[in-house]
Parts: sequence; structure tokens; C-alpha cells
Amino acid sequence: MADQGPAKKALDIAYLSRLAALQFEGAEQDRAREDLTRIINMIEAMRAVDTEGIEPLAHPAHALQRLRRDVISENPDPQALQSGAPSAREGFYLVPRVVD
Amino acid sequence: MTDPFLEITELRALLDSRKCTASELCEDHLDRIARLNPQVGCFLAVHEDAARAAAKAADKRISHGESAPLLGIPIAHKDLFCTKGEVTTCGSKILEGWRAPYDATVVQRLADAGAVVLGKCNMDEFAMGSSNENSAYGPVGNPWDLSCVTGGSSGGSAASVAAGLTVASTGTDTGGSIRQPASLCGVTGIRPTYGRVSRFGMIAFASSLDQAGPITRSALDAALMLRTIAGFDPKDSTCSERGVEDLDEMILEAGALPEGTLRVGLPREYFDSLGSAAYENALDEARRGFERLNVEFVEVSLPSTHAAIPAYYVLASSEASSNLSRFDGVRYGHRSPDAPSLAELYRNSRSEAFGAEVKRRILTGTYCLSYGYYDAYYKKAMRVRRVIRDEFARAFGEVDLLMTPSSPGVAFKRGELASDHIAMYQQDCFTTPASLAGQPSLSIPCGFDQGLPLGMQLIGPHFSDALLLTLAHAYQQVTDWHKQRPSI
Repeated sequence: MADQGPAKKALDIAYLSRLAALQFEGAEQDRAREDLTRIINMIEAMRAVDTEGIEPLAHPAHALQRLRRDVISENPDPQALQSGAPSAREGFYLVPRVVD
Repeated sequence: MTDPFLEITELRALLDSRKCTASELCEDHLDRIARLNPQVGCFLAVHEDAARAAAKAADKRISHGESAPLLGIPIAHKDLFCTKGEVTTCGSKILEGWRAPYDATVVQRLADAGAVVLGKCNMDEFAMGSSNENSAYGPVGNPWDLSCVTGGSSGGSAASVAAGLTVASTGTDTGGSIRQPASLCGVTGIRPTYGRVSRFGMIAFASSLDQAGPITRSALDAALMLRTIAGFDPKDSTCSERGVEDLDEMILEAGALPEGTLRVGLPREYFDSLGSAAYENALDEARRGFERLNVEFVEVSLPSTHAAIPAYYVLASSEASSNLSRFDGVRYGHRSPDAPSLAELYRNSRSEAFGAEVKRRILTGTYCLSYGYYDAYYKKAMRVRRVIRDEFARAFGEVDLLMTPSSPGVAFKRGELASDHIAMYQQDCFTTPASLAGQPSLSIPCGFDQGLPLGMQLIGPHFSDALLLTLAHAYQQVTDWHKQRPSI
């Protein structure tokens, strides 16, 4: 039997953009709401598929996730890895003050 | 000047018989890129010095009598693959000027094989798009008609091969990003079985769907490229440990074809929703061509095909919203100059540098994973994914392969769908089902409509990449659609 999906509520773009660490202001917020509404309406079409008793499939590969042996296999170069950072010093990434 | 539309195997013969050198080949391509890239826009970066050095090294190896399939062959990488020391943007402003500290496994394997990397190809930002119009660095013109799109997201990779600016290129396919641009640009592109090629060093979009593959002028060239990049890599836990066949040799010997008649299924749902008579005629003609190759066609049904696009946009967007959280202005990429607090640093850096489509997908994924909606959207989509995979499995109990159109039609005009993102998403309606199920699938040219190429998709059971390429090669032996050249 096709499911009905969640009860429809107005989209809270301010809440979603906080979760996504994105900012939409003024007309951008209206546009984001409109776009997302259209996408959700399109997505609803999947409810026509009867999935009663079907296990969710997260991944198409048949094999079980392989685990590496717990040994050091690489010697990363922190300086090279940090060379693309916008702000780094003495091996640390610099960010605005978090604690006053 | 060497003919810019030769295949890898033809160039191999020229190089090994000393009729041309890798350095000459490299210069010819660099000249052509300098002349045509301003119109086409398929390269974001040209690595002239590195290409010349690699070509010189290849010439030295050839002069010592060495011959290897890709030695001295000019190729290009989608700008999603990390290339050590060179800029990798993923088509985004957020990575403008960022230099990767290591090579992707695909990049490393092609370098080890002696291929000459000409540069990096344009793409939709973070591989999110079906027209290459979402690139932060401008669109790519379709070499068959520059006012049309190339498809996407590997639009630069497909256009560079179609325009004769490179011999082969690498691409990635999440929901159709190799097959759809290959179809629209009249070239050959394969999305291998999920797990066939390492994803290490590929900038992640949707990890359970992303897969790398080649875009080339023929199925045989694709086999040569795939054979080189495929195989186990301890750096990607989803990469299969299964051995890699000698794909090109199997194809030449038709070793992957089963005994007797090959049964190919025509999924009724794909053909019912195809609204182009010219496309139907081209596929009918292809079918008649195949029948001469001892291929039998039967109609099959994949009833949940219509749900693939909705399920795909839930799953891919959800995975993207998680994967792209790493772009926070701290470890790499753009940092907002306006960042008085850590929260504002994250928010402003991302808001300033991500493009509109990327924000749309992140927001969609965030919604689908948010409290109260996870079961209704994400879990439901995962269940639909299993239904779709099971339908493929059932179909492959009856037939060896499936044949379908690759895209709903030929390349559309630039700007035509730019303001209608839902119509744009529908461009992948024939490619997302195989992506969700992890099936290998390829697109090869099968005709023209209004002077623009049409593509045929072949889909196979898991790890039937060799069989797909074998049938595609057999088709290309009796047709010349893949030999057609744009008048660019």
C-alpha cells in the first residue's frame, strides 16, 4: 500500500539553513522555500512504490565493509595537508575566538 | 599535425612504429586547446609544462622499446580528481586556487601507465548538474553546436574528447554524469560497477553512488582506460577486491560474450516515457544492427523506474549535505573575511562560495535528514532503492543485458532549462536507476537528430563491465556513429 508521507507543514527555511550552516536573506529565503517545495513535491512520487516489509538499502555493494588491519600504513605530512588552509600556525588551524 | 580524432589504439600504432612521437602528439593537442578552448570552455587548467615533461619521459621509454597501452597518450582529468600540487576546484569557488596534497588513485594509475595529462576539465559544481551550466567557471559549449549544452556533470570531459582536444578523459558518475554528457556529445562513456574503481582522491558528492570511469572515442579505448584505473585499492574501503580482467583483450576476442545468443532486454518503462520519434527510430535501427550480431531482444519490465529520480534526489542530496559539511572555511578553501564568530565563519564562508544548485541540494538533504523527516524521506528512499535493485536483479535473471536510451533527447540549448531545476533533474531519468542499483552501464553514440548526437545505454549485472564493453565494441565494428566528427 502506498504511504501518505509526513503531515505537511510550512517549511522553516531559517531552521533548515541553521542546520545546513547556510544563510538565505530576504528574497533568497522565499526563493529557497519555493525551490524546496517543488523538490519535495517531486520527491513525493516515490510514495507510489509499495515498500511494506522492505529493508532499507544504504549501499549497492554486496560485500561487507572491509576493515583494515590496525597498523600505521601512511606517514602523513601535516604541513602539506595544512598548506591549503586559509589560516594555520604551528600545526593548528586558526578560527575566531570561541571562549572569551 | 596528427589527426586529432584518432583512437588510442590507432595512436599506439603510430607511436610504436615511430611515425610520431608523444611530444609531437602533446604539442598538437596543446595547440588545439589554445585555439579551441576559448570557444568550448572544456578545460579549466592546462598543464603545459607537466604535459611536455610527461611526453618527453614517454618518448624515452618508447625509444627503449617499451610499449604500453596508454604510454604517451594525451588525456585529461575531470577537475574533481585530486592532482598533487595542481589546482583542483571541483567546479566551485569554494576551492578556487586549492592545491591537492596528494593524487587520486585514478590519477596515480594513469600517470604510472605513462599517459600524458594535458589538464583539468570543467564540470558542474561538485558534480551537481546535467548541463555543465552549474560550473562556477562558466559553461561548456557542445562541440556539435556551441549554443547547446554538453550535459553534465562531466561536461568538460565529454566535450574535450568530442572536440578532439584530448584522446580520452576521466569522469565521474553519481546519477548519470558520465553517460548523459557522453550521449549529448557523441562519445563513449562507461560508469563501471560500483566498487570497480577506487574513489580515493575523488571529491565526494554522494559516496554510495559516486563512481569514476572513462570517456573516450570507442568502447575499446574505454576498456584500455578502465583496465588501467580499475582494481583494488586499500585506500577505499568500498573498492572491490575482485580481480580486473584484461578487458581490451577480452573484447577483441569477444571473450566476455556468453555462448549462443545474447539476450538483451528492452525495459518497457524507459521506452514508454521516451517522447522522441527520432530517438525511437535510432534505437530501432540499433536493435536491427544488433540482431545481425546474434542478439535477441525481449521486452522486460522495471516497474519502479519512475521512482528512481525522487529516491535519487533524497539519497544523493542527503549524502551531499553530509559530505559537503567539510567545506567550512577552516581546513581548506574559501574563508569569509566577515567572520567574527566560529558559527559565522562556517555560515558566511559557505554562503559566499557555494553556488545556487549546491545550496539547493544541501538544503534538500538537510530537510530529508532532519528530525521528524528521516524515516519519511531518507528511509523510504533507501527502501525504494532496494526495490529498484531487486527489479534489476530479476530482469538479469531473464536477460544478459538491458538496452535503453541514455537521455530523454539530444542536447538542449544553453539557458533553456536553467531556471527550471525540476526539468533539469529529469534529464537523468534513464541513468539514475542503474546508479541506485550499482549496475555498470555505458553510453555509446547510436545516431543523430537535428545534427546532434543520440546515445544508447547498455546496463548489465554487477561486474559485467567486460560484457557491456564487448557488445558496445561489436556494435562499433559494424556502425560508424562513433566515428562522426563535429565541424569545429
